[in-house]
Amino acid sequence: MEIVGPLVDTFFRPFLDNSFMQRALLAGVLVAVVCAIVGTYVVLRGLAFIGDALAHGVLPGVAGSVIFGFSSLLGAAIGAGVMIGGVSLVTKRSKLSSDTAIGLLFVGLLAAGVVMVSSSDRLTGDIDAILFGEFLGVDSADIIVLAVALLAVLSVVVWSYRPFAVMCFDPDLARAMGYRADIHHRVMLVLVAATIVVSFQSVGSLLVFGMLLGPAGAGALIARRIGVMMVWAAVIGSVSVYLGLVISYHWDWAAGASVVVVAVAFFFAVLVVVEVRRSWTSRAVAA
Amino acid sequence: MDVAGGGGMKPVVVARRLAVGYGTRVVLTDVDTYLEPGGSVALVGSNGSGKSTLLKTFAGLIRPLDGGLEILGAAPGRATREVAYLSQYHREGLALPIRAIDVVRMARFDQRGRLSRRQSVDDQAVADGMRRMGVEHLAERAMRDLSGGQQQRVYLAQVLARRSRLLLLDEPTSGLDAPGRALYLEAMEAERARGAVIVSATHDVGEASECERVMLLAGRVVADGPPAVVLTPENLLATFGVGLTHVDGRLVVTEHTHDHDH
Repeated sequence: MEIVGPLVDTFFRPFLDNSFMQRALLAGVLVAVVCAIVGTYVVLRGLAFIGDALAHGVLPGVAGSVIFGFSSLLGAAIGAGVMIGGVSLVTKRSKLSSDTAIGLLFVGLLAAGVVMVSSSDRLTGDIDAILFGEFLGVDSADIIVLAVALLAVLSVVVWSYRPFAVMCFDPDLARAMGYRADIHHRVMLVLVAATIVVSFQSVGSLLVFGMLLGPAGAGALIARRIGVMMVWAAVIGSVSVYLGLVISYHWDWAAGASVVVVAVAFFFAVLVVVEVRRSWTSRAVAA
Repeated sequence: MDVAGGGGMKPVVVARRLAVGYGTRVVLTDVDTYLEPGGSVALVGSNGSGKSTLLKTFAGLIRPLDGGLEILGAAPGRATREVAYLSQYHREGLALPIRAIDVVRMARFDQRGRLSRRQSVDDQAVADGMRRMGVEHLAERAMRDLSGGQQQRVYLAQVLARRSRLLLLDEPTSGLDAPGRALYLEAMEAERARGAVIVSATHDVGEASECERVMLLAGRVVADGPPAVVLTPENLLATFGVGLTHVDGRLVVTEHTHDHDH
């Protein structure tokens, strides 16, 4: 029985005693589930670079919202919209690869954001909150926004599950079957943008990218079905949130970064396990 | 589904002076063809000869650059439910977690609404396709754990499960072993017997010989007609740029004439 007390103190007490930890956990799990669903398509459709760019692209939008005094959610959405629209425009007009267009807008918007932050006294101290989030400062309104976003993302993914699956398998087949691949691709980008926009207040605009890639990447290694990959990603993401918050509470680490470190560590742990199992199996077959 | 039955034989593919390519780059010109239900044509040519580009144009993936093209009585890309397309490229080799049966089930997605459940006819079509390509026992296996030949069989099972009137197949026997090839040829014979049209791009002259017609391509149509008439050393020389002869279903190089740059 002597071990139970310390275990409760370590793993449960932080959440039982502190309402801010309860809110952080609830918000984190909502972020983890949204990121699991959307991250699945980021991983399977190779959208990591545009996802990264969107994560940085929200910075000037949020900075603008602080300077001009409007909702930071709206500011982030404007930043993401400029990024997606800009990439589409540059790719279409210049015939350059989307990589170049994404890279240009990525660095351009990031630089614009830094210029805005550096030239405004009102933003001093806010830059960290934008990039790395304020996990322990989330309020009920943030949780409601995340819950609504989760419902919206779920609805879109259920509606588009079949065309999305065919696109991940073979975009040409999707088009040959009559699915509008261009429209579905844009819908995926909007889902990624929406995830970043609603998550940046808790995990931060930079770290949300880790929640998009880490759990979904681990899920891809484990699962044999896209839906199951999402479930694994949601479980791994949620466990990462829980463990990250526990670590942050006891060791006084930054909460958002702790969560993402655990999520990324999960990916590498799963990779090692899968590789060891594979070499074990092939050795057994050879014998 | 007996697509050949009913009132007369409506053509499945009609092309007149068709030019195909990408953007402003013309890859293949002056294609004239007329395919009725039950017909089959093998597109034979070296890399860059226009085989895949012609298939993609038939599938509605790229627009014709010039000339006329009707697929099942409409512009290409309209009658998508009646067309099965097998491309050379599939992404799931990279990361996609998907079982063999899920790949074959995709064939039926557009036959149903986005949210409606599979019906027994879909399950039958899927089971039938997998049985005909000999992959029922692989149904629950992840695609990434299958060999290249097994994966190709699953893709072909997907094509069969569509029960389409037009089958557009890019390198359908790629990676198949001899039993796999035999199953493929048997399945195509059955597809033609029910009235489906098969257009396949291939390097395999043995496979091409099984088709009703062979179209030799080299940026233009070098020859078009029954295999016995078309697969001559002269035509093969004009198509591939090297002297070739057709021995027991295989191409054998007989002489090098000039550098080939297709």
